[in-house]
Amino acid sequence: MLPVHLAEVPGSVALPWVRQQGPFQKIVPWPAPGSVAGLLPRRVDKEDVMTCLIKGCNFVLKNIPHEAFVYQKDADPEFRFQTNHPNIFPYLLVNIGSGVSIVKVETEDRFEWIGGSSIGGGTFWGLGALLTKTKKFDELLHLASKGQHTNVDMLVQDIYGGAHQTLGLSGNLIASSFGKSATADKEFSKEDMAKSLLHMISNDIGQLACLYARLHCLDRVYFGGFFIRGHPVTMRTITYSINFFSKGEVQALFLRHEGYLGAIGAFLKGAEQDNPNQYSWGENYAGSSGLMSSSPELCPTQRARSGTFDLLEMDRLERPLVSLPLLLDPPSYVPDTVDLTDDALARKYWLTCFEEALDGVVKRAVASQPGSVDAAERAEKFRQKYWNKLQTLRHQPFAYGTLTVRSLLDTREHCLNEFNFPDPYSKVKQKDNGVALKCFQRVVHSLDALGWEERQLALVKGLLAGNVFDWGAKAVSEVLESDPQFGFEEAKKKLQERPWLVDSYSRWLQRLKGPPHKCALIFADNSGVDVILGVFPFVRELLSRGTEVILACNSGPALNDVTHSEALLVAERVAAMDAVVRSALREERLLLVQTGSSSPCLDLSRLDKGLAVLVRERGADLVVIEGMGRAVHTNYHAALRCESLKLAVLKNSWLAERLGGRLFSVIFKYEVPAE
Amino acid sequence: MFIPFSPVDENLYLLFPNKTELLLALTSLSFLFLLRLPLLKSFFPWFGLDIGGTLVKLVYFEPKDITTEEEEEEVESLKSIRKYLTSNVAYGSTGIRDVHLELKDLTLCGRKGNLHFIRFPTHDMPAFIQMGRDKNFSSLHTVFCATGGGAYKFEQDFLTIGDLQLCKLDELDCLIKGILYIDSVGFNGRSQCYYFENPADSEKCQKLPFDLKNPYPLLLVNIGSGVSILAVYSKDNYKRVTGTSLGGGTFFGLCCLLTGCTTFEEALEMASRGDSTKVDKLVRDIYGGDYERFGLPGWAVASSFGNMMSKEKREAVSKEDLARATLITITNNIGSIARMCALNENINQVVFVGNFLRINTIAMRLLAYALDYWSKGQLKALFSEHELSGNAPALAASYFLIPQETVRVILEPLEHSLSY
Repeated sequence: MLPVHLAEVPGSVALPWVRQQGPFQKIVPWPAPGSVAGLLPRRVDKEDVMTCLIKGCNFVLKNIPHEAFVYQKDADPEFRFQTNHPNIFPYLLVNIGSGVSIVKVETEDRFEWIGGSSIGGGTFWGLGALLTKTKKFDELLHLASKGQHTNVDMLVQDIYGGAHQTLGLSGNLIASSFGKSATADKEFSKEDMAKSLLHMISNDIGQLACLYARLHCLDRVYFGGFFIRGHPVTMRTITYSINFFSKGEVQALFLRHEGYLGAIGAFLKGAEQDNPNQYSWGENYAGSSGLMSSSPELCPTQRARSGTFDLLEMDRLERPLVSLPLLLDPPSYVPDTVDLTDDALARKYWLTCFEEALDGVVKRAVASQPGSVDAAERAEKFRQKYWNKLQTLRHQPFAYGTLTVRSLLDTREHCLNEFNFPDPYSKVKQKDNGVALKCFQRVVHSLDALGWEERQLALVKGLLAGNVFDWGAKAVSEVLESDPQFGFEEAKKKLQERPWLVDSYSRWLQRLKGPPHKCALIFADNSGVDVILGVFPFVRELLSRGTEVILACNSGPALNDVTHSEALLVAERVAAMDAVVRSALREERLLLVQTGSSSPCLDLSRLDKGLAVLVRERGADLVVIEGMGRAVHTNYHAALRCESLKLAVLKNSWLAERLGGRLFSVIFKYEVPAE
Repeated sequence: MFIPFSPVDENLYLLFPNKTELLLALTSLSFLFLLRLPLLKSFFPWFGLDIGGTLVKLVYFEPKDITTEEEEEEVESLKSIRKYLTSNVAYGSTGIRDVHLELKDLTLCGRKGNLHFIRFPTHDMPAFIQMGRDKNFSSLHTVFCATGGGAYKFEQDFLTIGDLQLCKLDELDCLIKGILYIDSVGFNGRSQCYYFENPADSEKCQKLPFDLKNPYPLLLVNIGSGVSILAVYSKDNYKRVTGTSLGGGTFFGLCCLLTGCTTFEEALEMASRGDSTKVDKLVRDIYGGDYERFGLPGWAVASSFGNMMSKEKREAVSKEDLARATLITITNNIGSIARMCALNENINQVVFVGNFLRINTIAMRLLAYALDYWSKGQLKALFSEHELSGNAPALAASYFLIPQETVRVILEPLEHSLSY
């Protein structure tokens, strides 16, 4: 993984640099972001500026899950993030630097500069400085946020009087920007003038963007460049202007990394001279700072004082990520079940939950590196960092895009990595695997002794019981910490009796009486009991029925989830004990693949390409997703084109209650797509 | 302040209407219902008023074919108004008659006469109404045709303070009729419409007449305080395409703030002496020359006022430079929006009108050049001798009011109430 950092240096110039793992940091200056009129007053390669910009824009739209958002002033939340669309083209990019560039992007490599305007960020800054004697861009924006443009602008109602209502005109429309400063002989406040200027420029840009969008039949307009800077007042006027001039036909979308598109593109161009599409990228929540707050009390000058704001860290994955070919409708797929940005109650609960679990995670992290002298110190730093992230998210839930349980979990993993705790559970996982492997044969024998129908239920219960072994869930980690002997059989006893909270087991059983599936894709969850005593016996049964199995595990560590490399070892050990698994591995009827993810959750739109290829080749017709993270927090509503099983034990009483159950309630969701 | 009429006979009420239709009309509204509409033609004075956001444009038709009989019967107040308006070029401190625009020997509704163009700032409107009251203007019993937003805004004031009933006409209707009308009558024997040849070259730039014989479709860009853009497909078929708030009011308003100037003329005069390239950041300032890949010439403005981000450069510019840059910024933007509208509407003649263009050759030449350059010669910028619009609606209001059903709208309720 190669993190890319973007930082804003005072003076509004973005410099990305490559931070290499190791003692030295390499700082590489790149062409300035921004439009034709970049903010950096030096010669740059003419060709490169726009190419970099578009490259950067395509990159963030494809790789950062919640990059683009619409802004609605009075809505709650104000930010509504767009999920990654598999096909981002064609789109219009309006890059607002000192001037405005309007670019139509048709494919990865094909784009066209279709127009521009000289009225842009430089006009705001330059004219604003002249009018208000305020020198700094951010201060100008701050002035604008406090001003009343109606004192300076001539409105429709100023011309028509009260009659605008009967004429069906909106009295608040600006008839003439700065029109009042021509007719009234008085002083105007800096705030009012700055606001009027901001309105004038935003409206003008919005209008031109609409005219170009219409001429080129495009309905999505992304805004980039340094002018917007997450300022609500700017986004609001641009959104208003786009809605007004397009009568709602064109959508104004903003980008979280608006100012860095050119820099990111430049970096990519340099970093990937070979083939840019052989990698995938994911946002690193630990290294990235969030979207700026819209809260009015946070003054931009205060923000500017921080030397670390506006950081974007991306992890480069060595393999490309693609959508699961079995998704029913990839464009409408949203992995997350609950949008915590939207759901204030759930947000409050989960943030508190993650706060409370933090002590345990810190303890676990320290314990995982007994030989290290600075483990405690690093763990403390991790605590501070993650705690601060949680506090940021309390105040700005939208800071990293849509807030979800997944993003909270991922952020924690990223923060752990940041302080060199890449795999705090590695020892626990090893131990658990060892214990579980010892039980494997006994469990298989007792299963084989059962009649067919009883066995099917026992297999499912095994899958579920194994799932109780989850260090990620607070309730369980407490039990596990206090009672290491907590066994498989005990776990089964904890399970809810049928009928389960969600129970389509009977239909599943009915289905099993029919012809075997061709190929099952199984997303495994935890190490130890879960994968060895739950998943493998289930896999073994499927194999015996003549169904091929693709067992997908995480590429990198997350909690005690089994990773692909660990699963390979486990499979080898199981094969040594079991002929069915052994022959299946040999004959490639059982295949182990990596998911491409290092998250306790699952995003079916970002899976390792190898997995997707295999799913297609083998004609997978059953998808099994187990675990709370993969089947409840995410994918609970995911619609697939083939049969699917979503299994989980609710190991969180709040969530269980919310779903109408109680702790250790069972979700068994068997779905068959409509014909 | 603008004081157009003085002195006015204070005793109009005492004058009883005599036999002539004209004076019947003038004496008392209560008699109007007896008249057939065509007779209304002869009411005098004939005024048209366009009350915009910044300027009021007034047209006045001065009949030159007054018979001796009419002359004798003409009320004193009318006579004095006529004399006052036609013998002065400035009224009060802010009212101005644009003598150069006067249309001579025009035939209007069967009468021969001259058409005068007068303007004064909208903020003097209350004083104008007050004057109308002081001078008992309502006793003239003429109908005031008015258009523009102010026709609505000041309607109540006209009625309650001045005892004057406004006949409001739709602004866009007036604008289009005004343009077409004025083009049809020509400009004292010359063509009303013109364009620029070689607009970018001060030496070779030439203003040439344009025969608007095939006017449709045309894009009409009316630059007043703000800007309205209309697509006109025929006399009666037009639509408002869009508008922008960056118009003449913005230019003047920003100039007032940036340079301390107080009149539009002053702002333009400063602009004519300034250098906008000191204020604006040009493509060549960034790229050292043309930005070839996107066909951007080095002289194009990349960022209006972009140089003003730098403190040193802010200190090095003059007020004239700032005025010039403001003019160039607003004009370029209007040109750009007009060009996009023309493309979207598939129209290639663009007529620019409005008071912003009055004595504003810089803006007109820039519009002509920008439209030609960016459209690669596909679009033609046209202008009209009457700066187009500003006066055109007023003109149209005046011209179209009298024989039209708008008058009937005013009179019918009266007729009903009196027929009992």
